[in-house]
Amino acid sequence: MSKFQFPESIPSRPVYGTLEPRPGKAHLMIADAEGAEALLDLASVDADLVRAAHIIYIPKKTGDTYVEKLRALGPSQLHLSPTYEASVQRIRRVLADAHMGLQVYLAGTEGLMGQAEAEATHAGIPHGAIQSEHRGSVARRMQCVHCKGITEDVMTDPFVCAHCGLHLFVRDHYSRRLAAFQGVCVDAEDPGNVPDPVELYS
Amino acid sequence: MSAAPQKTKAGAEKIDVIVSAIVPLNELVTRFEFKRTDGAPFPPFSPGSHTVVEMDDDRRTRLNPYSLMSDPADTSTYAISVRRDDAGRGGSLFLHNRVEVGDRMMLSYPVNLFPLDLRARKHVFLAGGIGITPFMAMIAHLERMGHRWELHYTCRSKALGTYAEDLTLKHPNKAHVYYDDQEQRIALEELLDGQPLGTHVYVCGPKGMIEWVHRTAAAHGWPEENVHSEEFLAPQPGKPFEVRLCKSGITVQVGENESLLEAIERCGVDAPFLCRGGSCGQCETDVVEADGTFDHRDHWLDEEEHASGKKIMPCVSRFVGKSLVLDR
Amino acid sequence: MTIQFNEETFRDDYSFRNSDRAIRRFPFPFHEDSYMYSVNMERHQGGPAGSVYEMRFDVDEHYVSEMQDRALVLSEDPLRCQSLPHMTLAGWDTLELIMVSKSEDYPDLFELHRDGDRWRWINKPMGIDHSFTFLDETTLPCGPLEYITRQAQGDFAVLDQRDDMLYMDAGMVTTQADWSLDFDIGMDFFEWHAPVPLAHEMGIFKRALKFLLNVRQAAPARRLNWTMTVNPLLDTSPENYHKWGVQKATLTSENIGAKQHLRVELQTFHRLPRSNALLFPIRCYLIAFQDLVTIPKWGRRLHRVVRDLPEELADYKGFIANRPLILDYLGRYDDGLPTSPGVWPDLEMEPPLQK
Repeated sequence: MSKFQFPESIPSRPVYGTLEPRPGKAHLMIADAEGAEALLDLASVDADLVRAAHIIYIPKKTGDTYVEKLRALGPSQLHLSPTYEASVQRIRRVLADAHMGLQVYLAGTEGLMGQAEAEATHAGIPHGAIQSEHRGSVARRMQCVHCKGITEDVMTDPFVCAHCGLHLFVRDHYSRRLAAFQGVCVDAEDPGNVPDPVELYS
Repeated sequence: MSAAPQKTKAGAEKIDVIVSAIVPLNELVTRFEFKRTDGAPFPPFSPGSHTVVEMDDDRRTRLNPYSLMSDPADTSTYAISVRRDDAGRGGSLFLHNRVEVGDRMMLSYPVNLFPLDLRARKHVFLAGGIGITPFMAMIAHLERMGHRWELHYTCRSKALGTYAEDLTLKHPNKAHVYYDDQEQRIALEELLDGQPLGTHVYVCGPKGMIEWVHRTAAAHGWPEENVHSEEFLAPQPGKPFEVRLCKSGITVQVGENESLLEAIERCGVDAPFLCRGGSCGQCETDVVEADGTFDHRDHWLDEEEHASGKKIMPCVSRFVGKSLVLDR
Repeated sequence: MTIQFNEETFRDDYSFRNSDRAIRRFPFPFHEDSYMYSVNMERHQGGPAGSVYEMRFDVDEHYVSEMQDRALVLSEDPLRCQSLPHMTLAGWDTLELIMVSKSEDYPDLFELHRDGDRWRWINKPMGIDHSFTFLDETTLPCGPLEYITRQAQGDFAVLDQRDDMLYMDAGMVTTQADWSLDFDIGMDFFEWHAPVPLAHEMGIFKRALKFLLNVRQAAPARRLNWTMTVNPLLDTSPENYHKWGVQKATLTSENIGAKQHLRVELQTFHRLPRSNALLFPIRCYLIAFQDLVTIPKWGRRLHRVVRDLPEELADYKGFIANRPLILDYLGRYDDGLPTSPGVWPDLEMEPPLQK
């Protein structure tokens, strides 16, 4: 089990649920790392649904842990991708060819779910209709509001922007369009006074 | 900023018009065209908008909403098409029987409770009977903007197919008409399944048709946000009841064939309203005291608010019981 | 009406100054001696002659300089003006509303000549004389929203209305009180207000949303919002916060009168006809403390408001660190005398400072 209880926060902060079967003409499932567990749980509720699905899975550090189990579910398509970036073109093509009645299921890290959701909403699916279930790492995608660069896998507050080097504090304010939380200069009012980094949610 | 905020006038701003043309289309439906008395252009509007027509029917002032069916880009004229309803409350009968070319009337500024979603990859219109009216304006607008659309329109018969021939002549590949008396039906499920992602569906017609479309779309995996409907709830008749308006200090008898809002207005109280159809929230009224049951018929208050007995939408809802006191 | 336009800067040497007229007509936002959030909406339908409320889009002595500052902000950061693809029609609605309003309200400064869809717009203060085809973007140098808001004071958010919700789908944002259009574009009403403390729990945004969804054509509304800024800096953006944030620490008891500014937003809400979107102009007015306290009632009241403001609000509005300095200064202008209700200066009624 790798389900994390996110503390209650501001209205722009995404809240994740539990994947459930929904009526639809086609089913697209995108997951990374421990997100596979959510797909396995879904299959135990409705095996036929998952057999009809097109699954795109990015194992990340979990390597082979879940691959055979996913294959055993017998999905109509199981595509393993080494990274999310490598899978983007495929995701866009699937969405471009899709018809109304497509159900989308996302599982895994916030970064994966946020980015995949942004692709789906850009293709015309309202975000309220897209299911998401968090599993695994709680690291965040952060956008530096100053240089606009995105820093992946942020686990501390404050952190250093991977692009411009400013020290940024972590806000819960979240943009679905950018699929990232906002990072703001932590020592703007007192340059040089940077607090010691603390792990997120500690 | 004033210490006392300006009082908001009830209803939307009004436009003085004269009836410039009355065009019977078939046995049941007549088109009414209006021009402004001051000769100025009408305000532009977004397709799907309606106007509330004020009618002076010697005994009372009627206020009925009608979809604007004219081309939104044509600001010289506003047009509505009205289906005569012999069993109704009299608004359509008044228009059909009493109004003549040259008559002066009052129209409200347009209000839109049935807008297009301009992000849509494609718009699919499902019209039943007089429900065709808002789509006339939408089609004119989308044609001008070069956006994809398709119309599926059910009519009772050719004789009662309002605008059916015009539409199929002008848009042979996009407008499809189905006649009830020829057993023609919209193949809704196939229609929905084949649509590209990002299609939006709009339905305007009888309650049953609207429910059928929402139900079928949901069963076929369509998100709610992609299915839009408009149903003008005409206030339904009900048992007469009494209501006390504590701010105005009067007691009002609500008749069988008038709404609570109409009764309040009849007694000279200026209550806020906008759509008069239970959808927009403007007439929301606080209940001070109630001993009885509410008959909520609106689409505005949520379940909790309906259950609380603390609020009512007087334009469509009613009450049965010993006493009702409202904060008006 | 002729307006004498200032030549002034809102950055670097900060030569911004308010004339006596500007001080007297400043939109002081507090109608009582304390402040808490409220859905303080009223009709935007004129106001006392000469006040900021009189015209639909107020033009004042700062007009030309503010537009120059906007042009500088945009050249440094074009992402301050964005419009999602479906919002172009709303941009045209906005262009029409501003051109019609300004040409009618300030005929000496602006002219609009229309012949069908062939329009000619003359903006004398900015030296613009431009003919174009309404609804045809190819006849404008840039999108309609950007085109007209480069000629109108204040920020503009354009809100798409869908599914009983408002979405910030377009905007021109260069005079903001610390929020980013680039980050917030596409968000819904509750999402973009997410960082505001306390207000959500109070149900403020639920009620405000209901009101705004029902704003209709020809019936605009308005309200005031406020915060504080050190130096008359219009561009207090998150994007540049790492550059301007440090100015807060430069406040001293000697310079606070000149440097600390009350910053008031006159927010108006207009239903746009063709797109059914809601235009949300946010017009920013600045006044230095030393000018504000020349109005005795305002000096007394501002002291009391800041003194009793909850910590979360002072923090969110960005002046909590400077609050002691602020109270020290304003305290000198509060003699404890009662103040009249309402926002107006009431110079004839209010006694001068008794200290």
